[in-house]
Amino acid sequence: MDKFKHLKAIVAPMDRANVDTDAIIPKQFLKSIKRSGFGPNLFDEWRYLDHGEPGMDNSQRKINPDFVLNQSRYKDARILIARENFGCGSSREHAPWALEDYGFRVIIAPSFADIFFNNCFKNGILPIVLEANKVDYFFTEVANNEGYQLTVDLEKQIISTPKKENIGFDVDEFRKHCLLNGLDDIGLTLQYVDDIKAYEEKRKQQAPWLF
Amino acid sequence: MTGKTLYDKLWQAHEVRDNGDGTSLIYIDRHLVHEVTSPQAFEGLRLAGRKLWRVGANLATPDHNVPTTDRDKGIDDPVSRLQVETLDENCQSFGITEYKMNDVRQGIVHVIGPEQGATLPGMTVVCGDSHTSTHGAFGALAFGIGTSEVEHALATQCLILQKSKSMLVQVDGVADEVVTAKDLVLAIIGEIGTAGGTGYAIEFGGEAIRALSMEGRMTLCNMAIEAGARAGMVAVDKKTIDYVKGRPFAPTEDQWEQAVSAWQDLVSDEDAIFDKVISLDAARIQPQVTWGTSPEMVVGIDQRIPDPSSFTDTVKQEGAQAALNYMDLQASTPINEIAPDKVFIGSCTNSRIEDLRAAAKVAKGRRVASNIKLAMVVPGSGLVKQQAEQEGLDKIFIDAGFEWREPGCSMCLAMNADKLEPGERCASTSNRNFEGRQGQGGRTHLVSPAMAAAAAVTGHFIDVRDLSQRDT
Ligand code: SF4
Repeated sequence: MDKFKHLKAIVAPMDRANVDTDAIIPKQFLKSIKRSGFGPNLFDEWRYLDHGEPGMDNSQRKINPDFVLNQSRYKDARILIARENFGCGSSREHAPWALEDYGFRVIIAPSFADIFFNNCFKNGILPIVLEANKVDYFFTEVANNEGYQLTVDLEKQIISTPKKENIGFDVDEFRKHCLLNGLDDIGLTLQYVDDIKAYEEKRKQQAPWLF
Repeated sequence: MTGKTLYDKLWQAHEVRDNGDGTSLIYIDRHLVHEVTSPQAFEGLRLAGRKLWRVGANLATPDHNVPTTDRDKGIDDPVSRLQVETLDENCQSFGITEYKMNDVRQGIVHVIGPEQGATLPGMTVVCGDSHTSTHGAFGALAFGIGTSEVEHALATQCLILQKSKSMLVQVDGVADEVVTAKDLVLAIIGEIGTAGGTGYAIEFGGEAIRALSMEGRMTLCNMAIEAGARAGMVAVDKKTIDYVKGRPFAPTEDQWEQAVSAWQDLVSDEDAIFDKVISLDAARIQPQVTWGTSPEMVVGIDQRIPDPSSFTDTVKQEGAQAALNYMDLQASTPINEIAPDKVFIGSCTNSRIEDLRAAAKVAKGRRVASNIKLAMVVPGSGLVKQQAEQEGLDKIFIDAGFEWREPGCSMCLAMNADKLEPGERCASTSNRNFEGRQGQGGRTHLVSPAMAAAAAVTGHFIDVRDLSQRDT
């Protein structure tokens, strides 16, 4: 997993609540057995006017000019601001894979669905929960200022604006540590092999039918 | 000291270690595997040279991509075929038990786990699928995980988790006979919203929940995730134990008695304190129909589509208006004037034998209305299909003009050939009415099996009770 420490980037707005994982990456792309290459199909049904299928040459497809990420001002965006319950729906990790592959490394919203939130951290994406009024403020700023950028510092847990405002955010200790160091959870857990074995032994006595 | 919730008990029984940073290492008893969210996990294991921690804890089946017709011809779509073949290969090389596409035990993971007794009370159950919450019906801690966690569970038999808060959804009162678990859970989601359960593990309790069959409890817990809760659960009682007894993976002989006595404790203590409690009166709940693109956009069959301006905040108003535009519906339209083009009875929410019986009861002696282009019934597993056929349900459906299909996820998410065409409207017993869920541009209305069958035979949504009075 890529490390995440610090990012200064253009912000794109996704102004609707309950953006679900089916919208983030439609199911036909879940047939892939790979982990990469989902970026061109991020938000596929909103982004293109035709119907997308795996294996298509996306550069030849009809772009939906009304879709926000197709506007040239957001072309280089790497921070996404969103509304309530972003990432609801299925557990598909293809959703963060697609966001990451497209270039997003930070998503800021008033709330996220649990599984999606968790999946982000495992793929080098930092999801930040902020109060709705602060997120609202970013929506206004982004709309009024072309090329609006934010700076996100994970170490200090601070978002800085072009007006030099500093907005703090919370992040869970363990997840922060993994993201800062690009750590693989499995490696961490395997340090506790003895604890797992001891647990299994004890459990076999108490509940032998589970083994 | 105050008592413990069922969730507290399950958590404590599986805690391998407290990591001291707000997370714990939690042991996983059962891991269910399907073709969509596992290939990258197996690939990860291979790349890192890692083995499975405990092969026997895993059980696999293909469900999302499998065709529901002409199984003997294999899978037409090469991309879907590759995914299913990849699962077969991975299971073979890692030694995992798999019910392959043409095995009678194959089916939707959340149907076959309980059916095989692979889901037991008191277990932790995970699967790379959000509807894993289904298995909580057995007094188990069950939740969906992403592919990274699938790999983690395969390699370590554990997950690093943060404990959720606890919520009790208490449904008292007696529900009308036609009001099913599906209606209860849709009404609950309508009440608390699709993010209402975010950060919580929900326990469903109360008179109306106790009255539900195990199938009903599975339907209920299945949709906990649509209320935002990763896990839903129901305490163990006699129904739970009777359901499990004698199933292939259930404990046998002297272990059975030992297990049953341990399972008696899988209830919340009377003095347990929940972080949040929600109460509903089952007697006030009508059969439900969703009208929008989120499961919380739901009303009773006797109601009208709400006016977006009736919502308090602007994000909700805009959401409701966008949903009506997508669904091509007008505010204030009575629900029973909406006419679907297709009807889908199936999915991990409503494809068990009891669901098929409920739909067949309505379909019996009637005909699918002429405006319905397709009405299909997709059993949740090969064994459900077999049982339904023994009971003659397939004949009832076929005589009424329904198609009787092979088991799988089918039009719940349309990864196989079963899908809505743009603009088509569907009465569906599945769990998500998101834009494009059942096919790009498709419009989904979530209902119970009886309500779906009633819509099929009348050509529009209708209260099943009106139907019985009118023509039986
Ligand atoms: S039936 Fe639908 S919701 Fe259930 S596992 Fe299959 S695709 Fe997911």
